[in-house]
Amino acid sequence: MVYFDAASAEPIAPAAKIALRAALEDGWADPVRLHREGRQARLLIDQARERTAALLGCRADEVSFTGSGTQAVHLAVLGVVQARRSPARGQVHIVASAVEHSSVLNAAAFAEDAGSAVTITGVDSAGRADVAAFVDAIGRDRTAIACLQSANHEVGTIQPVPEVAAACQAAGVPLFVDAAASAGRMPPPDGWSLLTASAHKFGGPPGVGMLAVRKAVRWKPPLPADNREGRRVPGFPNLPAILAAVAALEEAHADRQAADSALRALTGQIRDRLPALVPDCVVHGDPVDRLPHIVTFSVLYLDGEALVIELDRAGFAVSSGSACASDTEQPSHVLAAMGALTHGNVRVSMPRNTTEQSVTEFLAAVPDIVSRLRGSVGHREQSDIW
Amino acid sequence: MTSPRDAESTCAAPKPALRIDALGKKCPLPIIMLAERIGQIAIGNVVEVLADDPATKTDVPAWCGLKSHEFLGAADLAPTAGWAYRVRRSY
Repeated sequence: MVYFDAASAEPIAPAAKIALRAALEDGWADPVRLHREGRQARLLIDQARERTAALLGCRADEVSFTGSGTQAVHLAVLGVVQARRSPARGQVHIVASAVEHSSVLNAAAFAEDAGSAVTITGVDSAGRADVAAFVDAIGRDRTAIACLQSANHEVGTIQPVPEVAAACQAAGVPLFVDAAASAGRMPPPDGWSLLTASAHKFGGPPGVGMLAVRKAVRWKPPLPADNREGRRVPGFPNLPAILAAVAALEEAHADRQAADSALRALTGQIRDRLPALVPDCVVHGDPVDRLPHIVTFSVLYLDGEALVIELDRAGFAVSSGSACASDTEQPSHVLAAMGALTHGNVRVSMPRNTTEQSVTEFLAAVPDIVSRLRGSVGHREQSDIW
Repeated sequence: MTSPRDAESTCAAPKPALRIDALGKKCPLPIIMLAERIGQIAIGNVVEVLADDPATKTDVPAWCGLKSHEFLGAADLAPTAGWAYRVRRSY
């Protein structure tokens, strides 16, 4: 089986497995207690925080561990809104690009239901945020937070964070960067005020997120008070999983240059060769300014779910942004915002150990699967459209 | 079900030479129907596609862009769900 769904979950890194086993022995106690086991747990989580801060480029006390990347995003957005709203001065304004992860858009919608104003700004056909529209939106009155991902999780396009960061700084608006798609693969972009990441996307275990909030940012817990994680995240931290996540982040970070050039060449082969092998196939996202491990394409006149199932049968695990392949029956909001074809969609996202052989096999398998499906899926056998 | 007359009254584009009813059909079927039948009209004429799969909101204009046909716009099929898309055959 060739696993091409690293953007959903990267296989657990060897360093993470070792760290997890070790932590189950000596990192299970309550880190706020004063006994020896508690002090040991405290030491381990503080070290994990310092190591994470070093990789993110911030102070250790700015980092909190959460129960997931989604929880980190919700706390980032809603904590800033919570700190800024007031009965006297009224509600606040939130800006986000249209291609943010659903957790960002859902957090904004949640705040909107409670009275906040939300502006969603557009992207170009490669999925890159429209900087002029974004900057224009943050200029609106009472803007509390601007949300722009480091790179897109579905099509891989890198976002213009540095350009937006300069405008945010000038306007005094905190910039929240969801770095889930890029963490461990490229250093965080400069200029963030809040940053989040998700361990299972870089080889850590599921159930660990990272939330960094710069000291200068006004942030208040949007949930009932709890003294854990610098009063930012409620609940007993999953210390073994956190230690494994940090080990995975360090390993990914150390390997990132070699992994970047290897994976960029492999995704590049699919980008370059697939359109010639498959008639009416469109590759999405920026061809150059992109994440190394993701390549996404749509095959005209095909159903994404059928493609995913047939590829799985042929030994390739991929995901799809087509409506029929999603649990909501809605097409990917990312592809829709780009004005890209949403049916027949396939996202290939390669884990670090991907071989050239597996890409060669994929390129050999896809044209046969496509022509077989086009000959059957409710189409005329002798159709003249392809 | 909205009658074709209702759709016409809410859409300012030229009178279609062909109407394709893809209501109740999921993508990619509405796009396949459009691709198969656009050749039945003369170059420069307009085809109308009635569809209610939300994916058609993106996929009809995206297909027009990929195939270099002219997307003229969409009208809501109020009061029922769905849209009437108009496309001019370019070649």
